[in-house]
Amino acid sequence: MARVASALFSRLVIIIPYAWLLFFFLIPFFIVFRISLSQTAVAMPPYTPVFDLFGGLSGVMEKAREFSFDNYVWLTEDALYFNAYVSSVIIAGISTILTLMIAYPIAYGMAKAPKSIRPTLLMLVILPFWTSFLIRVYAWIAILKPEGLLNQFLMSINVIDQPLIILNTNWAIYIGIVYSYLPFMVLPIYSSLEKMDHTLTEAALDLGCTPFSAFWRVTFPLSLAGVVAGCLLVFIPAVGEFVIPDLLGGSETLMIGKTLWNEFNANRDWPVSSAVATILLLILVIPIVFFQNAQAKADGEGR
Amino acid sequence: MKSLGSIRRSFAPWADPASKPFISVKNVTKKFGDFTAVDDLSLNIYTREFFALLGASGCGKSTLLRMLAGFEQPTSGEIILDGQSLAGIPPYRRPVNMMFQSYALFPHMTVETNIAFGLKQDGMPKADIAERVGQMLKLVKLEKFAKRKPHQLSGGQRQRVALARSLAKRPKVLLLDEPLGALDKKLREETQFELMDLQQELGLTFVVVTHDQEEAMTMADRIAVMSHGKVVQVATPAEIYEAPNSRFVADFIGDVNIFDGTVFAAENGYLRIETGNGFPIRMASPEKPAIGAKAAAAIRPEKIRVSRQPPAHAPINAVEGEIWDIGYLGDMTVFHVRLKDGRVVKASSLNAVRAVEDPFGYDQQVWISFGEDAGVVLKD
Amino acid sequence: MGNWSRFNIASIVLGFGFLYLPIVLLVIFSFNESKLVTVWAGFSTKWYAQLWHNQALLDAAWVTIRVALISATCATVLGTLAALALVRYTRFRGRMLFSGMVYAPLVMPEVITGLSLLLLFVAIGLDRGFWTITLAHITFTMCFVAVVVQSRLLSFDQSIEEAALDLGATPVRTFFAITLPVIAPAVFSGWVLAFTLSLDDLVISSFTTGPGATTLPMKIYSQVRLGVTPEINAICTILIGIVAIGVVVASIVTKQREAQREKDERAAFAQ
Repeated sequence: MARVASALFSRLVIIIPYAWLLFFFLIPFFIVFRISLSQTAVAMPPYTPVFDLFGGLSGVMEKAREFSFDNYVWLTEDALYFNAYVSSVIIAGISTILTLMIAYPIAYGMAKAPKSIRPTLLMLVILPFWTSFLIRVYAWIAILKPEGLLNQFLMSINVIDQPLIILNTNWAIYIGIVYSYLPFMVLPIYSSLEKMDHTLTEAALDLGCTPFSAFWRVTFPLSLAGVVAGCLLVFIPAVGEFVIPDLLGGSETLMIGKTLWNEFNANRDWPVSSAVATILLLILVIPIVFFQNAQAKADGEGR
Repeated sequence: MKSLGSIRRSFAPWADPASKPFISVKNVTKKFGDFTAVDDLSLNIYTREFFALLGASGCGKSTLLRMLAGFEQPTSGEIILDGQSLAGIPPYRRPVNMMFQSYALFPHMTVETNIAFGLKQDGMPKADIAERVGQMLKLVKLEKFAKRKPHQLSGGQRQRVALARSLAKRPKVLLLDEPLGALDKKLREETQFELMDLQQELGLTFVVVTHDQEEAMTMADRIAVMSHGKVVQVATPAEIYEAPNSRFVADFIGDVNIFDGTVFAAENGYLRIETGNGFPIRMASPEKPAIGAKAAAAIRPEKIRVSRQPPAHAPINAVEGEIWDIGYLGDMTVFHVRLKDGRVVKASSLNAVRAVEDPFGYDQQVWISFGEDAGVVLKD
Repeated sequence: MGNWSRFNIASIVLGFGFLYLPIVLLVIFSFNESKLVTVWAGFSTKWYAQLWHNQALLDAAWVTIRVALISATCATVLGTLAALALVRYTRFRGRMLFSGMVYAPLVMPEVITGLSLLLLFVAIGLDRGFWTITLAHITFTMCFVAVVVQSRLLSFDQSIEEAALDLGATPVRTFFAITLPVIAPAVFSGWVLAFTLSLDDLVISSFTTGPGATTLPMKIYSQVRLGVTPEINAICTILIGIVAIGVVVASIVTKQREAQREKDERAAFAQ
C-alpha cells in the first residue's frame, strides 16, 4: 500500500507542475499563433473564425480554411512594425552593453570586498529588485524631466545653462533599462567572480602578468559564464519591454512591446497583436535557448 | 568482561562447510548505463562477522553496500539475507541499517530525535522509544548531549550519534560506509577499537566499506579486496597480507617487491625462479607450474635483510646492490637498494635498539637477502 | 579575495548610489508640501492622509494583496514540485521540454506571457477578473520559486533522505519529515519572492484582468500616465517601506541565526 502511494507520489511530483506549465504556458503560445491567422471582427472575442470544438471535425476543417497569413503580410508591408523590431533589438543591445559596463566593476568590487561585508553588499544589490519595477521606473521621471532634479542640480552648479532634454528620448530608455536590470547583471557576474580561486590571479602575477593583463587573461575569461548569463537576463526581457518605453520614452520611440500593447489595448486588434507576439517570440527563441542551456549547465555543475 | 580475543581467535565460520551464510550475494551485476559498477559478484558473509569491502574509489564497493541497503537494485543476480531474497524489498522494509559516510544526521532534529527516528517509523510506544534512546545514548557515551542539534557537536560526537541511530532499531546487519573517513587520524585509531568492541558486545554482523587498508586490517574478520566491480580475494587480514593471491592484492595491501622471472626448477614444495642477472630465487609454493612458465616472487620489505657480508646461501635469494635512499621513520628505517641492473629493492628494518648511528650510509655496497618462506609466488 | 582597492570601493559607492538615489529622492518628495514633485516646499504628511480617503486605491490594494497571497501560495507548491522534478528525476520523458518551460518564463517578455494567457482564458471561456489574474500570477511566479528551491536542492545532502528510508520511513513520509523541513527556508524565500513579484506585476495583470479587478500597480500606472504627483510618491514610499523592512528584518534574522550557528560549531569543536 505504502509502495503504491510512493510510486504515485513520485509520479505526481512530475505530472502536476508539468501539466500546469503545459496548459498555462505552452498551449497559450499555440493559441496565440492560431489567432494570429484569424481576422479582426467586431465581436467578443474580436476575431474570426472562432473555434467551436463542438462543431465536430468537419466544422473545424471548414473554419481552418478561413485561416490566412494576411496579418504577417500586413506586418511586413507596414514599415512601422519592422522598424519597431529593429529598434527594440538595438535599444536592448545598447542597454545590455551599458549595463554590463556598469555592473562588472560593481560585481568585481563586491567580490573583492572583505568577506564580512559581502552578504550586506549582496543584500543591497538585491533589495531594489524586491521593490516594484513600476515604482523604480516612475522615480526616474521626476529626475529626468526638463525641470527635474537632474537639470536643477546641473544648472545650480553651472555645468549647463539650458536644461538637458533626456525624458522621452532613447537616453531615458537606456537609463531606465540599465537601472531596472542592473541587479540581474551584477548577481551572476558576482557569483562567478566570488567562487573564483584568487590564487589563480596570484599565479598569473607570479608568472609575470601585470595586474591589468592578469585581469584580462585570467579573471575575465573565467567570469564569462556569469557575463553571458547576465547579458541574456537583461537582453531578452528588454527586447519586449513595455513599461520603460511607455513611461520614459518619447512618442517617436519605437519598441515592439509598446507597439503590441497599443495594438491590443488601443486598436483592439487581437489577431495583429498575436502576429506581433509570434514574431517577437521567434526573434527571442535563439537567446532563450541559449539561456536555458546556460541554466542547465549551471545545474549540472551544482550537482 | 571476558577477553574478546579468545572469542575472535576461534571465530571462523567460513572455514566450516556446515555453517550457513547469513548474507549471500549471488552473481550480482549492477550496471549504470554502459558502466558496470559490480560485475557478476558472489560473496558469503556469516552471522556476527565483521566483514570489510576494501578497494580504491570506483571499485564498486559502495554500490554493493547500497544494494545491500536497498538504495540500488541489482541489474541481475540475487542477494539473500537470512534465507530470504531481498529482491524488490525497498530500503524501508529491510532489516538492515546503514551508517553513512557523511553521517547524514537530520540537521533539524536533536540527537535524541535523530536516534528515535527509526523507532518512531516502526510505531514503537513512546515509553519504549525513550528507554531505547537512553540505552543508545549510554552506549555511545552521549547522555549529556541528548538535546543538542548536530551542528552543536564535534566530528567524533556526530559519528557516534550516527552509529547510535543506525543501531537503535537493532538491525540484523549494520552497513557502514567509510565510517571513520571524516575523523582525524588519532580519533580514527581509537574509534576502530571501539567499533570492534561494540560489534562483539552486541553480537551483530557488520559490513564495512573502506578504502583504508589499515582500517580494514585492524577491524575486520575477513576482507574482500575489490577491483573493477569484482572481488579479487576474500580472506582474513593475515592471509591477505602474507599470501596475496595476485599481483593486484600484493601491491594494493602494504608495500611489496615483485621479482619477475621464469620457473627454472621445481622440487618438493619449492620453486626456483630465474629473475635475470644472476639472481635466482628459491621460494616455497604449493603449486607446481611447468618449467619455463612465467612467475614472480612477491616479498614484503620487512622480510628482506640488508647486510655488509653475503649470507651463506648466496647467490640464491641474495644479491649485491648499493644503498640509493634511506628513509628514517622512527620505528623503522626503509632502504632503497639499487641492484646492478637498475632494479630498486625496498627493504625495511625495525629499529628495535635505540640507534646512535646508522649502520648503513648512502652509496654503500650491501647485500640483500631473504629466506625461502619470506614471500609468495604469483602466477600472473 | 585580494586587497580591496580604491577603484573597487569607488565603483561600489557609485553603483550603489545609482541604485538608491532615485528611490531616496522619491521617498523624500513624498513628504513635500507642494504638489510639485520637483520643488521642495516644506515637510508634510498630508499626501499620506489623503491616501486613506482614496477608496478606489484601498480597494485596489486589497485586490492586489489577495491575489498575491493566493498566487504565491499556489506557486510555492507548484514551484517546489517542479524543482523536485528537475533535481531528483534526471531522466523522464519530456524532461527537456519541462526544464525549458520552467526557465523560459524567467526571461519571457511580459507582453507575450500576458497576451498568451489572455487568449487562453478567452479560448476556454473563463470570465476574466480576479481569478484569471491569480492563475496568471501562479504561472509566472512558480518558475521563480522553482529556481530558488532548485538551487537549495542541488546543495542538499541526499544521504539524509536515504538515512530516513533506511530507518524505515516511506518516501512520502521522508519527504514531509526530512526533505521539506530542511529546505523550508528556501521554500519560504520562494514564497516571498512570488508574493512580491505578484504584488509588483503590471503588464500581465493588465492583460488578464476583467471588469472589477484592478490591482494597485494598474491603479498607479493609470495615475502616473497623468503625471507625477506626491500622492503616488506616498503610495510608492509605503510599498518600498514594507518591502525594505521585510527584507532587512529577514536578513538580520538570518545573519543572527548564522552567527549563533557558527558560535555553536566553534564551541562544539573546542570541547
